[in-house]
Amino acid sequence: MTAVHTLDVRGLLCPLPVIRTQNRVRDLEDGEVLEVVASDPGVLHDIPAWCRIHGHRVLACDERENDILFRIEVARG
Amino acid sequence: MTAQPQSQTSPTRKRAAALISGGLDSMLAAKVVLDQGVDVEGVNFFTGFCVEGHTHAIRRKDRSREKRNNALWVAEQLGIKLHIVDVIDEYKEIVLNPKHGYGANLNPCLDCKIFMVNKALVTDVLGRGYDFVITGEVVGQRPKSQRADTMPLIAQESGAGDRLLRPLCAHNLPPTLPEREGWVDRAKLYGFHGRDRKPQMALAHSFGFTDYAQPAGGCCFLTDESYAGKLADLWSSRGVRDYDFDDIMLLKVGRHIRPASHYKLIVGREEGENNFLAGYRKRFVHLTTLSHTGPLTLVDGAPDTDDLILSARITARYSQGRNADEVSVEVHHLSGAVEELRVTPLSPTELEPAWQVGA
Repeated sequence: MTAVHTLDVRGLLCPLPVIRTQNRVRDLEDGEVLEVVASDPGVLHDIPAWCRIHGHRVLACDERENDILFRIEVARG
Repeated sequence: MTAQPQSQTSPTRKRAAALISGGLDSMLAAKVVLDQGVDVEGVNFFTGFCVEGHTHAIRRKDRSREKRNNALWVAEQLGIKLHIVDVIDEYKEIVLNPKHGYGANLNPCLDCKIFMVNKALVTDVLGRGYDFVITGEVVGQRPKSQRADTMPLIAQESGAGDRLLRPLCAHNLPPTLPEREGWVDRAKLYGFHGRDRKPQMALAHSFGFTDYAQPAGGCCFLTDESYAGKLADLWSSRGVRDYDFDDIMLLKVGRHIRPASHYKLIVGREEGENNFLAGYRKRFVHLTTLSHTGPLTLVDGAPDTDDLILSARITARYSQGRNADEVSVEVHHLSGAVEELRVTPLSPTELEPAWQVGA
């Protein structure tokens, strides 16, 4: 079963949510999933851009009231 | 050990770190070397003073703009990886004690460049083992860090030595290791100099780059006169040159008004700033208006009763009741107690120009 990890970056403004995501993903294996919950709307642009650059997949992006939730599948290779 | 020249068919491509700010010059410098077959990765340092990101997110009026991180955008255009490095804590020493002093404001540009080149290549903060480092510097473009006499200093003091390549102005500088060893072809580098931006714009055009960022005031708040004034005021009022991350964030937001040396007001200018300041309300005495729509005001320091009355009048001055005879203002004390004051809004003539910090 795929391991799912979580990261709460609510209250942080970009680029800090991206930096925290990047640093967390660095420790994860290929195929593992990271769920990131953020509050800065800037992540709607920055996290997908960062994922595209590094080849990771955004599985989902949901906005719930003031929270923005991403599911990212880590890709190594 | 001297590195060996690499042939075109070598399986071991040389790897370079490109310092990517998000602006045009660093984008072009990376592109020029990338096109020569070098494995280029972008490195972007987040100092806490970066203009991008935070302020765009805070101010409501900026929210309609595309919230693009230009460093990420550049990396995506170039098809390279970008590593963003949080150096907020380490960077403090550069801001507080720059060996080579400040530029026009509190910008330690020369020390900053030395720090970043060192981090990317010599300290190898990312553990990537880069062979050399690329910057978008151009001789004569900046009065402090990009001069003919200071650019060798950056190479020397960063420890990068001749592994620091400036592709845009390489023809004005001695050949570096990547050029001498044939990792890059010096003939395909450039000889830009001075403040004229036309050569960069022409090169951008030749690459098909059109939507690049050109921040008018640079990418660092420390080059901004108003921001630097607020930071200097912070140090002066506290009697110590120091700061934490929240301090430098709050300096980016609101009107800063210091009626006396022992306290300062931070008055939100619009809804986005009020929301941002609300995140700090448990750490500061703060004021809100009851009878009229108005700002959130944080009080930094140790105000007495009279000071709070003046703070209430100033808060009322920036509310919708600025022309009313009386505005009701709530003072929220750190204890949790809430006190209501009915005050006359301060008139424009009563608001001393000297109180406006960084204006």
